[in-house]
Amino acid sequence: MAKKSWFLPAILGIVAIALPPFLGGYFQHILILVMMWIAMATGWNLLGGYCGQASLGSAAFFGLGAYGAGLLHLHWGISPWWGVIAGPVLAIIVCIPIGLVTFRLRGGYFVLSMLAVCETIRIVFLNWVEMSAGPLGIIIERTWGMEKLPYYYMVLAIAALSLYVVYRLMKSKFGYYFVSIREDQDAAEGLGIPSTKYKMYALIPCAGIIGLAGAFYMNYMAFIEPNVVFPLIISATMILTVMLGGPGTFWGPALGATIFVLLSELLRAFAGPVIGTIHYLLFALILVLVIMFLPNGIVGEWAKIRRLFRGKKPVYVGGE
Amino acid sequence: MALFGQTIICGFLMGGVYAVIAIGMTLILGVMKIINIGHGHLMMVGMYVCFALFASLGLHPYIAMFVAMPCLFGIGYLLQRYSIQRVRFVDTILPQTQVLLTLAIGLVFVEIIRVIFKSDFRSVYTPFSSKCLYIGDMSISLPQLVSFGIAMAFVAGLHILLTRTDFGRSIRATAQDLDAAKYMGVDALRVSSLTFGLGMALAAAGGALLLPIFYLFPDIGTPFTIKALIITILGGAGSTVGALSGGLVFGMAESLGAVYWAPGYKDVVGFVIFLLVLLFMPGGLKTVIKR
Amino acid sequence: MAYLDIKHVVRKFGGLVAVNDITVGLEQGEIFGLIGPNGSGKTTLFNTINNYYPANSGEIIFKGIPITRMSTHKICRLGIGRTFQVVKPLRRMTVLENVMAGAFLRTNSATKARDKALEIVDFCELMPRKDMPAKDLPIADKKRMEIARSLAGDPELILLDETAAGLNLKEIEAAMVIVKKIRDSGITCFVVEHVMKFLMGISDRVMCINFGVEIARGTPKEMSRHPEVIKAYLGEEYVKGK
Repeated sequence: MAKKSWFLPAILGIVAIALPPFLGGYFQHILILVMMWIAMATGWNLLGGYCGQASLGSAAFFGLGAYGAGLLHLHWGISPWWGVIAGPVLAIIVCIPIGLVTFRLRGGYFVLSMLAVCETIRIVFLNWVEMSAGPLGIIIERTWGMEKLPYYYMVLAIAALSLYVVYRLMKSKFGYYFVSIREDQDAAEGLGIPSTKYKMYALIPCAGIIGLAGAFYMNYMAFIEPNVVFPLIISATMILTVMLGGPGTFWGPALGATIFVLLSELLRAFAGPVIGTIHYLLFALILVLVIMFLPNGIVGEWAKIRRLFRGKKPVYVGGE
Repeated sequence: MALFGQTIICGFLMGGVYAVIAIGMTLILGVMKIINIGHGHLMMVGMYVCFALFASLGLHPYIAMFVAMPCLFGIGYLLQRYSIQRVRFVDTILPQTQVLLTLAIGLVFVEIIRVIFKSDFRSVYTPFSSKCLYIGDMSISLPQLVSFGIAMAFVAGLHILLTRTDFGRSIRATAQDLDAAKYMGVDALRVSSLTFGLGMALAAAGGALLLPIFYLFPDIGTPFTIKALIITILGGAGSTVGALSGGLVFGMAESLGAVYWAPGYKDVVGFVIFLLVLLFMPGGLKTVIKR
Repeated sequence: MAYLDIKHVVRKFGGLVAVNDITVGLEQGEIFGLIGPNGSGKTTLFNTINNYYPANSGEIIFKGIPITRMSTHKICRLGIGRTFQVVKPLRRMTVLENVMAGAFLRTNSATKARDKALEIVDFCELMPRKDMPAKDLPIADKKRMEIARSLAGDPELILLDETAAGLNLKEIEAAMVIVKKIRDSGITCFVVEHVMKFLMGISDRVMCINFGVEIARGTPKEMSRHPEVIKAYLGEEYVKGK
């Protein structure tokens, strides 16, 4: 829990607020995606990176958030903007029983069990047509038409909110308990930490933040269907952005999310026309390499990276 | 009544093939203590190898299987030796880094296949793909029966490998106690890499056996990874006998769910079983049988 | 009724009975030592008190409250702290943060937890190392940090599991001083050891077990002469000498 220098993030924050009105629609769209993934990665990191429970099924919360918004429109004609409340609430209500059952599992079992949960939810939404409109999905009319700027400021606020929530939590008792559970769950129990309860305390904001991003997605993209919001690739991307940036660090997820979106767009722009989906492949490859050589992500391995560039050999003095 | 019998038999036969895939996962889990999230995805690669051989040379999957298996074995060996091994004993902030690496690797393969073959649904149609055997009022799919037979042959062969050969004994030793095995002269790295390759080869075999029955597309792997996990937990981690019995039970339950509940929800049946096992039998079927 | 009452506790692992009908009562404010050769069941007994492994049968009562199958964190809340035979540091947290994790048991405020942790770190003479990541500590300091971590939760009884194992003579003496300080501050100590010097030097009463069964009980002096104890540790031949 090192001291953070606020200078760089403050500058970036000002740029993030002031720059977009001067950019074209395409770039605004990219920034919207960046902000959305920053929120999702930061949310996932709370449960996965800080608390050590890496869930491979977080797309469930994204999709529930999206459908929370979409179903309001589909069944009751309510504006999907109310989804920013309904979406996270739905995600949280569903995550509670899920957590209570899956937190009995540890390690790799937990990772995969969350995938099983997400797949099940996807199948339910695909088949229960009366509830969700099935594979046809839900289409809405966009409130601001082709204008991207209002959406951008909305998602910027969501990203800022998620960063703030995680910041406050990690400075408090919750943060210490989350990390204790990650480092050694048995030792934590011996210190009086009810581990299942605190894993839930990490899961709930995580699900809420990711659900909020989902509700935003519904309103922005104006179309969702189960295979768009619930698939493995969404869950995997959440994990992979965090692993790229640095799990268990504050800015790591945001960094990973930014690199992911920018890199994907870059690859899509240059290699896309030649080989359709090659940007996903290249991203996955980069991921494999990052995990192999920088297993703690860019922020986590920052010291190592700096040494590499300075060409110094590491010097070990006692406990350093 | 005939429907019930048919459903059970169909499930039993499918279960046998699921078991082969699950045994691959449970072997890897036992020896390396890693859950291979990419298991289903690499199975998918094996299936595409068979498909490619079918599309270009007209080779039947049951024959192409013997090309796919060594391919996947080699891929698995190299992956473990040069990629996964690097992070296995590294102390990382996130405890499940190794497991997530298997995920990333699986995704690489999915995307490679997607680039080569696109996302279109493919199928392999063989002369006896739709032939059925009739017992009384029940019809039993011939491809399923043959697949089952081949699957059981593999299981038997594996059993012999594990119990009668030195390699098999090294595998079991490493799974039970890594340090003790090392002290006994077992080359743990070699055993892990060969086991990973073996696990992949079994997944490829299972996939090839399923090829005449399913439509093939790049994302087909995910449900199978989950099924393999459920069967592994059902049978008890690291137990090949457990994986076999778990696979058969799972197959039958899934089949019953598909017929009597709703076909679309077939995969959900597996999840329900998973939940129940989690809640009531954390040690898997093994604990029930012992009692 | 004793402060900590252990009645006929049995713990099995499959066919192996690790703790076989142990009964002992601790008095408030004493240092009670538990000795026995390796594998005699000492740590397993601790694990049943804490419910890391639930006892198969028997009762454990603390301050009149039955804790036999209560969950571990609730037992800690009631006032029983624990250190581990194989240290379990919260590796990526600093020493101070480790102790704060223990301090949060009694407060929700990060400031109060920090103050309490600083106090305890000072008590355990770990101040120079307080900002060091736990994984970089030498073994003696890791053990001391574990004690500090437990103390931060204001326990009334602390289970010390093999505190002296792996320490050199000087470190053992320092550890003895700390344990006495802990008892003097009003905390009852249940100490498991097989380093004689440590245990005999600080305990008020001692019990010796072997193969999960009690073989002797008494003051340290009585125990060092007890034939069964000598037999368990050194073998039959040495008994005749004393």
